[in-house]
Parts: sequence; C-alpha cells; structure tokens
Amino acid sequence: MSAPSDAPEKQVEESGAAAEAAAKAPAAAERSLRQIAWQRFRRDKVAMGGAVVVVLLIAMAVLAPLLTKLFGFPPNEFHQDLMDPLTGGALNDPADPASGIDPWGGMSSEHLLGLEPVTGRDMFSRIVYGAQISLLVAFGATVLCVAIGTVLGIVAGYFGGITDTIISRAMDIFLAFPLLLFAIALAGVVPDGAFGLQGNALRVGLLIFIIGFFNWPYIGRIVRGQTLMLKEREFVEAARSLGAGSGHILFRELLPNLITPILVYSTLLIPTNIIFEASLSFLGVGINPPTPSWGGMLSDSLDFYTTSPHFVIIPGLAIFITVLAFNLFGDGLRDAFDPRSSD
Amino acid sequence: MSKSSLGLAALGVSSVLLLSACGGGGGSEGGAAGSFDQATTEVVNASEEQGGTLRYAISANIESTDPGNTYYGYVWNFSRYYARTLLTYNAEPGKTTETVPDMAAEMPEISDDGKSYTVKLRDGLTYEDGSAITSEDIKYGIARSNFGDDALPNGPRYFKELLADSEDYEGVNANPSDPLAGFDGIETPDDQTLVFHLKKPFADFPYVLVQPQTAPVPADADKGQQYQEHVVSSGPYKFEGDWTPGSGLTLVRNEEWNPDSDPVRPALPDKITVEEGVDQNEIDQRLINGELDVDLGGTGLGPAQKGDILTDEDAKANADNPENGSLRYVAVNTVVEPLDNEACRQAVMYAADHNSLQRAWGGAAGGEIPNDVIPPAIPGHDPKLDLYPSEGDKGDLDKAEAKLEECGEEDGFSTNLGVRSDRPTEVAAAEALQASLERVGIKVNIKQYPSDTFTNTQAGSPDFVHENELGLNIYGWIPDWPTGYGFLSYIAHGDNIKKAGNSNISELDDEEINEMLDEAVATEDASEQERLYKEIDRRIMETGAILPIVFEKSVLYRPENLTNVRFSAGYAMYDYMPLGTTNT
Repeated sequence: MSAPSDAPEKQVEESGAAAEAAAKAPAAAERSLRQIAWQRFRRDKVAMGGAVVVVLLIAMAVLAPLLTKLFGFPPNEFHQDLMDPLTGGALNDPADPASGIDPWGGMSSEHLLGLEPVTGRDMFSRIVYGAQISLLVAFGATVLCVAIGTVLGIVAGYFGGITDTIISRAMDIFLAFPLLLFAIALAGVVPDGAFGLQGNALRVGLLIFIIGFFNWPYIGRIVRGQTLMLKEREFVEAARSLGAGSGHILFRELLPNLITPILVYSTLLIPTNIIFEASLSFLGVGINPPTPSWGGMLSDSLDFYTTSPHFVIIPGLAIFITVLAFNLFGDGLRDAFDPRSSD
Repeated sequence: MSKSSLGLAALGVSSVLLLSACGGGGGSEGGAAGSFDQATTEVVNASEEQGGTLRYAISANIESTDPGNTYYGYVWNFSRYYARTLLTYNAEPGKTTETVPDMAAEMPEISDDGKSYTVKLRDGLTYEDGSAITSEDIKYGIARSNFGDDALPNGPRYFKELLADSEDYEGVNANPSDPLAGFDGIETPDDQTLVFHLKKPFADFPYVLVQPQTAPVPADADKGQQYQEHVVSSGPYKFEGDWTPGSGLTLVRNEEWNPDSDPVRPALPDKITVEEGVDQNEIDQRLINGELDVDLGGTGLGPAQKGDILTDEDAKANADNPENGSLRYVAVNTVVEPLDNEACRQAVMYAADHNSLQRAWGGAAGGEIPNDVIPPAIPGHDPKLDLYPSEGDKGDLDKAEAKLEECGEEDGFSTNLGVRSDRPTEVAAAEALQASLERVGIKVNIKQYPSDTFTNTQAGSPDFVHENELGLNIYGWIPDWPTGYGFLSYIAHGDNIKKAGNSNISELDDEEINEMLDEAVATEDASEQERLYKEIDRRIMETGAILPIVFEKSVLYRPENLTNVRFSAGYAMYDYMPLGTTNT
C-alpha cells in the first residue's frame, strides 16, 4: 500500500490539542506513521544490520572500562618488552629480541588486536577508548548543529521576510566558511584552559563547538524548506484562527511535524562528523596524547606502514565500519519514513 | 611493490660484493657496495673516474643558492660546488670536524693577543668569466650578509657579533659609491690578503671562516636577494641558466676553474642536477631503485623506508647510520615551580626511562642514549660521566623518590610538557616520558604546539613558558660548528636567554657555567679547552636542566652508483664535494 500524503497531520493529532479541528483529515491508514515506518525498517535487512552495529558501537564506548578490564589492558600502559627496539614492531618471540617482527602486529589471545608499535600499548583497549572520543564528539556536534539549525530554520521559514533574508544570508556565509582551515587555526590559538574547562575536556568541547557550530546551515535549510511548506497547511491556519501565538505554532504545531526529517538527517550527519573529528585528530589538532582517538592513531601509524601494517588497518577499519553503519542506518531510516517509497 | 624493487637492489648488492671480493677494492665501473655504516668511518666506492651526471633531489625547495643567504647545513655543503670558502671541513674520514684551507693558502695566522687573524689567498683563483678573485670580493661577501638593516636575512651574523671597528658600518647599500667604507673589521692590504680584527679572542674563529658567507661576490654582480638566480661561480661548477625557487638547479663544469688552486674538490661528475619539491617517500624509493644519487637535505631516510631498509640485511649494506651531531633533549625549566628546585629536576633525571625514550626515537638506529650533553664528535664529551645511573637505562625510581622528598614534593607533582604536534617522534618521546615519570607520581600533561611557532613564541618565549607552566619542553640542538662553545653557548649560557626565539629553554643561568664558557672560548690551548668543556658538561648534567633523550643518528642511503662516499661530521651528512657517480 502507499502511504497517505497527509501523514504529518496524523502525527499532530497526538501532539496538539489546538489542532484537533484540523486533524479530522481522512485517515488513510489504520496504523500510525511510526508503526508503518518501523515495519518497513524491520524488513530492510541492510538497515537493521547498520542499526545493530550502531548499538554495539555505543555499547562498546559506554562499557569501555569494563571491556578493557575483561579483554585488554589499561589503554596507556606500555609493554615495551614485547617490542623490537629497532623498528618498533611487535616481536615474534618476546624472549628473543632477535626473533624479528610479527607481521600480525603481536595479535594474540592476550592482545586481541595486537600492539601499538614502539610503545606496545594494547590496540584493543585503545580502539575501544577511541570510540568514546569519536562518538562523543560526533553526537555532541550533531546535537549542537541540529539544535541551532532547527531553531533558526523554523524561525526563518515561518516568519519569512526580513528575518528569513538575514538567516538565509547567514547560512550562505557559514557554508562558504573554510571550516577545516578555521578549525586548525582555532585549535592552535585556544589556550590550555578556557571557558572553565581544562585539558581534554576543553579539546572535546572545542571539537564539538567547531564541528557543530559551522555545520548547522545544512540542517537549517532543510528545516526552513519544510516549514515553508507546512505553514500553509490547514492545521496551522486553524491554530492561528484559534488565537495561538507564534511560539505555540512554531514549537507545538510545526516542530512535531519536522521531527522525522530532522531525525533522518541527524543520523546521516553523525558519520560525517566522525570523519571530520578523525581528520582533525589526524592533523594533530584533536585531543592531547596519551588519550587515544582513531584519527590520531591513523596519523601515528603512517611511519610504520611498512613494518606494522595492522596499525594502519585497524583504526582505519574502525572508522570505516562506524561510518558505514551509521550511513546504512540513516538511509534505512529515511526510506522507512519516506511517504513516497513503497513497501 | 616495494618488496620487489628491494629484491632487485639486494641482488645487485650480492653480485657486486662478489666482484669486489675477487677484484680487490672498489672499481669505477659497476660500483662496489660497502657494508652497513661503512661510510661513517671510511670512503666507500673510492674512485677517480670523471664524468656522468650526479642527481640530487630534495623534499622542499632549496633554501637559497646564495652562499651569503643560507643557514641550512645542506646548502653550506652543496654551495661549495660553485662558491668556494676561505676554509672548509676536512674530507678525510676521522678528521671531518677539523678545518682545512680552501681558498686560503694555509690556515690563518693568529696574532699573539688572539684578536687578529691573517689569511693569505692561493694563487690562480678565478671566477667563471676568468677574472681574478680578490680579497676585497671576499670582504664584500661578508659585508652583504652580515651588516646593515638590509643584510641578507637567512644566515647567521657571527661576523657582526665578533668583528671589531665595524659598529657604525651600515652595510653595502648605505653608500653605493664606496660600499665598504667604514667597514674596518677586515683589512685588505693587498689582493691576496685579509686581516680580521676581533673584539676579543675567539678560538673558534676558523669555524666562522668555514661559512659560505666567506665566498667571494663581485660587487657589480650583487643583486641583493636576487643574486641567488645566478651566483657567479668560483668553483668547479657553474649555473646552467638561472635558478628560481622550485625550478630545480643544473650545474655544469666551469672551464675557468683552476684545479691546481683547489685541493678540496676532485670534481668528478660532468653535470649536477637538483630536483626540488619531491616527496620524501619518493626520494627514498628512487634512491633505493638507483634512480637518484643523493638526498640533498641530508637528514636521511624517512621513518617508513627506514624500517624496511634496516630489517633487510642486503639493503642494509647500502645504508649508513652516523650520529648527525644533534642532541635531542627535554629542556627542564629552572624557573617554573617546583622545577626551580634543583632536587626536583634531579628527580626527573632519575625517574626518566632512557630505554623507553630511545625506543620512541627509533631505537639504536635513531640515536645513542647519552649520559651527558656534549655529543661524541665534539671535544669535551665525557664517555665516563654517568651521574644518574640505572639498570638497563630504565631509571632509578628509589633515587628519584629520595630526590622528590628532598625537594619537598614527596607525593610527586604535576607539570606541563610542550611538544611540537607535527613531529610524531617528539610526541612519542613525550608520551614515553609521561609514562616513566608517572611511576614516581610526577604527573605530566602534554601540550601540543605547531612547530613553526614553537621555538619562537611558545617554548622559545620565557613568558609563555611561565604563564603556561611548561616545566618540560622537547627540543633539539644542532650546533653551527662542532665545538663545545658552538654547541653549548645558545642552550646553556645565561646571557643568551631571550624574550622570543629563545634557545636556552631551560633558562639555565648558572654563574659557574657562564664563566667557564666565556673562559673556554678565549682559550687557544686545545687540551685546556677540552678540560673546561668536560667540567661544563658535568655541571650542566648536575643542574638537571637538560634531560638528554638521544645523540641522534640518521639512516643515510647510498645507491651503488654513488662513488667516493664518506660521512662528514662537520656538515652532519655525506661530504658532497668528493662524490662521483657511475650514472651517465
């Protein structure tokens, strides 16, 4: 069956009492939009796979201390007795310094993903802790840019006129901003302690701010476009005729109908932000050592790609899997909510 | 891909080894390979065969071809092809930190008070147009690179610092009709003689005369910084066409050069080419493939290829692993609390795990673990000194804790460490130090800064260091010339603490050290000088202001087609003048 084109009103029925009059639109489906979407999503095996991986990744980041306790070592603990002093690679036989380098990077039942060259730090623990930083920054930045983008997008779309012009031009300016260069410059000049934060808390905050603050126009434009369309609809007219204020219409009438595109777009924004965080760490403007991050590990690994290839491959795979999982999940979500797609 | 090309190179090595074993010694054809690290102490592939094209490449652009406008060792080394200097470093293995005459007929004659140096020029010195080189041209070269507000910007200004009677001289552009008027620090009584007058005795002055600034420049050819486009040759090679940064450089034989006037340069190749802006990995790969002869930069293989070469026994025979004269160290600040207390600094010295620091620097191929500050190639190095001994160089934690107690920080303390974010080796060393100090409760927070501002405005600014409590900074030092004074004056003399661009990052201002340094450089007697430097070396280690990481080593690769290869400790890379090639 095809989804009703007036699906948004269906949702409003649940959220706004003032919209009751408008909500009497003919119900083309006996199931709510969410139920339909969930059913579609469940049938999409690829998207479900992505979702499962996303859940696992989040669990991994949250349970990092437990996981490393069970399967690894403290992420900053050196194991140099296992390493070849000349090339930094993991020794085939730790008891014999002349035994050559293990091409698998010292992977064993103790060190599941091998050892970091030179320091001998446990790669598994560093990957698990690295997930914390990657996901924290990606989620934080996404929340920030969704918050800014939604508020400004909805205001621009609803009020139009001069307000719209100002906000839209601001979006153009932000989109034209050389974000990566700015991020590098800013990370270089911000002192070690600022805004009441210190050390890595500040670095994480800074990364979230930079990525979030400069990416809001993308979501802002989508929200503005949707708002322009929705504000002409009958339920908005009805609310207005009943004397509802702008604030009420914006956040009680319009916003609930925008949740779906925002949610879908956020899911697709997270992988972009993960890559951006990795790029910044790769360029050395991420968080301070010894705290692990995937981008930082990848950057460190380049000097060892001939002798310890696992050091390049493992953080690269971690980023790849995470980004792919979020993308598949987001795509599936979009398809499921898309009224035009057939199931 | 790299595996197969390495295999080919290895094949070449073994067959050539066989040949040289039968034929006895390196021949000019085919090119015999040496053994690992051989060129550090002897000549590999000795040859007198002329001809061929010697191919250089460099990962950046050449700093400048102008001998008066450069501070990079590789330009000092390379520019001698076309710009002869008064003195130069000896090319004979084992003596490469000594100076020998180049344009000078013999070593300078020093007056009894040690304040004037007289240099006589050789006969038959000519430029590429056949005209004679005069003492005045050399004086002009020194003037344009040292004096006046518009002096050439890149090079050091030792002449300005040292020469007497020149305080009011404003440089070669101040008085166009007579550019050298008022420059009385150098006398030129005739065309063959220069007399240098110093403000005070300075026993290292011959090393100042090694600098390319002593190359002759004809006054009417000088175009300021643009002179680099076409340097008028005084050596065996001249520019083919003009050079602009990044365009690459080609040198061809200078027919007017008189070999009898030049004992330094065998001038083997017919042609010399330099490619600029080639990626370091590509340079390394092409060297290994034999498609290049020398990496002009002279800093050795990049980290990625280094590991490959050192683990391949056959390829390793074509590599050398000399100490490059630089000390890598942690500057332990003497002002930031609680490190202003000597015992606290000594606790850091005891707690540091030198084995771990060396590993971070690439293990034994990356550098030797030092027990003192002055590198082995420089007189004053004391191999017996070991003030902070520990088993396996892993640090002495008991002593460290005792020192912490002595300075009133028995629970340890917390400090910040500054490091250049874009230098992975230094960051790795920072992490190693962090881990080893944590063992005694010293908590180190690593702060990263960009390398282009680090030495000037962060670690190089005492105000910044104090404000950000950077008790530790990772730094390195390569001296301008290999003597105790050349090495220590900038990093350990209290008078050299500057507001910005400070190299004495420890802010070490120890009266005893300052006095001994001043005394040593005024002393001409070599053994007395060495005794003083040893004393200074020991005292610096006592203060705990410098925590040595390694005496750094490079991994240099010499392709089989390269002949007459030997390492020069003076330039800290291969000596470029004797090199030849079998590549045609």
